[in-house]
Amino acid sequence: MELWYTEQHTDNVRFSIKVDKHLFSGQSEFQRIDVFQAKEFGTFFTLDGLMMVTEKDEFIYHDMIVHVPMATNLQIKNVLVIGGGDGGTVRELTRYNTVENIDMVEIDKLVVDVCREFLALTACKLDDPRVHLYYEDGLRFVRSKENLYDLIIVDSTDPFGPGEGLFTKEFYGNCFKALKEDGILVNQHESPYYVGYAKSMQRAHQRIREFFPVCRVYQAHIPTYPSGHWLFGFASKTLDPLTNVDAEAWNELGINTQYYNTEIHQGCFALPNYVKQLLAASID
Amino acid sequence: MDVLKQNKAPIYEALQKYKTMRVVPFDVPGHKQGRGNPELREFLGDNCLSVDVNSMKPLDNLGHPVSVIKEAEELAADAFGAHHAFLMVNGTTSAVQAMIMSVCKRGDKIIMPRNVHKSAINALIISGAIPVYVNPGVNRELGIPLGMSMNEVKKVIDANPDAKAIFVNNPTYYGICSDLRKIAELAHRHNMFVLADEAHGTHFYFGDDMPVSAMAAGADMAAVSMHKTGGSLSQSSFLLISSCLSIGHVRQIINLTQTTSGSYLLLSSLDISRRNLALDGENIFAKVTSLAEYGREEINKIGGYYAFSKELSNGDSVYDFDRTKLSVHTRDIGLAGVEVYDILRDDYGIQIEFGDIGNILAIISVGDRALALERLVSSLSEIKRLYMRDKTGMFDHEYINPEVVIPPQKAFYSNQHSVPIRAGAGFVSGEFVMAYPPGIPILAPGERITAEIIDYISYSKAKGSFLTGTEDMMIENIRIVEE
Repeated sequence: MELWYTEQHTDNVRFSIKVDKHLFSGQSEFQRIDVFQAKEFGTFFTLDGLMMVTEKDEFIYHDMIVHVPMATNLQIKNVLVIGGGDGGTVRELTRYNTVENIDMVEIDKLVVDVCREFLALTACKLDDPRVHLYYEDGLRFVRSKENLYDLIIVDSTDPFGPGEGLFTKEFYGNCFKALKEDGILVNQHESPYYVGYAKSMQRAHQRIREFFPVCRVYQAHIPTYPSGHWLFGFASKTLDPLTNVDAEAWNELGINTQYYNTEIHQGCFALPNYVKQLLAASID
Repeated sequence: MDVLKQNKAPIYEALQKYKTMRVVPFDVPGHKQGRGNPELREFLGDNCLSVDVNSMKPLDNLGHPVSVIKEAEELAADAFGAHHAFLMVNGTTSAVQAMIMSVCKRGDKIIMPRNVHKSAINALIISGAIPVYVNPGVNRELGIPLGMSMNEVKKVIDANPDAKAIFVNNPTYYGICSDLRKIAELAHRHNMFVLADEAHGTHFYFGDDMPVSAMAAGADMAAVSMHKTGGSLSQSSFLLISSCLSIGHVRQIINLTQTTSGSYLLLSSLDISRRNLALDGENIFAKVTSLAEYGREEINKIGGYYAFSKELSNGDSVYDFDRTKLSVHTRDIGLAGVEVYDILRDDYGIQIEFGDIGNILAIISVGDRALALERLVSSLSEIKRLYMRDKTGMFDHEYINPEVVIPPQKAFYSNQHSVPIRAGAGFVSGEFVMAYPPGIPILAPGERITAEIIDYISYSKAKGSFLTGTEDMMIENIRIVEE
């Protein structure tokens, strides 16, 4: 018997992983959650049939969404993570002793519960005393915050389904308000390659640009996401990741990473021409 | 209400059966279950076009119902607590007109508040009935027209004992209810019919702790927009009547203007939505109310905005308030409602029901989710942060008491000519001017054009209101009556 997990990357492209065991399937108020075990990728979990995290390549995503902003400002103390129910982003943040407080706002408690049970690799630091979990809509949480955070990381699902509100103008505006004067906003920024994802990416970029003076995009190679070519958005009120990064100081911290390093920090902001063109084009 | 019977949806069931019969259509509509229009079928879906069919024996006939439509009407009457219910497919506009035309002939008087929907005044043009307006009070702070106070109603009834009917908004667009029970009692003592425009009152029949519905209050007729808050398709509606009216007579009036090709898409949507509300309406509207209450609480926390509710009640011109409405006063952040309405749509991709000079209104209904409401609240918070400004110089009233010089029908059909709006002051208007929505006329045919009204029209235009009504699509000229 063969059991395969198949994800529809576009109407005409599929991506499949051979599955050993279907470990969990459940429906929350917001979405369907599944956990599988596979020879190639270890344990992985999906939301509404879309890949979120695999044990084998999660380090790439979590390294890049955390260490790029952290290396840009080593003074970061107060961090807000929106989404990120698997815990991987929080895990990377807890490696900085200088971080004093991490608020994580995940709309779906079941995601956190399931990851605690099946994905200890990412969920292992959710009980760190600096971490505070809130199970509510990120948009609602951030609305009442003002001049509070040094860094906001938006570790969300795609902008269809419960993650939709986290790609809106009202969300980015409220994030701007919630950040301190040298605050940074980093978000998972979809993929430039397939048209459907590229539209979301363009829209997000355009909306962020309306609020933040510094607005850049960086990339990473994530094998299990559609096309494998994934982007992150870096926006801030003052700090520029290319000039404000202190490579020496970051390297002195001795944080052992598998993907991120300070050369990648510079290199990941170099984008292919077609991506630059997409970002420069404005869409309605 | 008979819950067991309410499980049935006869029109829907008949259409299901019709589909299995695989009838060969040599009748209209010519798209023949979609085969003749593949593009439309692709767009709207197979299912939809396969039941877009004509009246036929197994599916009954809307103009003269004897089987499944008749049964659906009886079930609706049972669900709404009415003597009879008519399924309407020409909009609640047609239901409002059928009410007025059923009880008023040419020259008969009808008492109504001036903040009625234009469909009511249109009915006066068609029927030749004469309006006697009750001045609704105005809430000065919010600039919105209210319900009718009992004192005003008494005065008008005493002065016009020959009036045939009184027309009541239950509720107004903003969610305000008059004391319909008392009005009905008083009107009946004077042998007048009581007609209720319940375009925004469908949920009163099914939710707990709601303002009283027209049928429960003793009204004789009610026009209920099932499509507005009840979940049926646009343009579908119910006309309810009490036992004081003859079913046959009202049907004749309806048939004067109703299409003879009643849409089965609309009819089945009424049937299915009626069943849904009859069986689950209490839960649905409890959820709707709690969403609206939550939205109000959060919007009021932002500061600057005022999302108003039951606290407006004064036992008279605001006898009750529909808490499912999310009306927000915006003038204190220095923005006209219509400006907030435009920013929400253009910058935030959020479409609300309407914005007027000082307020916006969001409709919360059977289809809403907390996540979407959160987006509205967050956007309002952002709009305040980004656009708040000084409010001096802003208009603060919404209702101008009209001077009716000539009855609407006479004015509409009299000799007229067109003049620039500014030059119209002092003359009698031959046509409507209104902002849409809400579609409540600023000027109606037969009313005096005043400088104040002209100022109000230009202010509304400058703020971006969508003005309609005049023959001139640009609303720069107005037709005046040649006296």
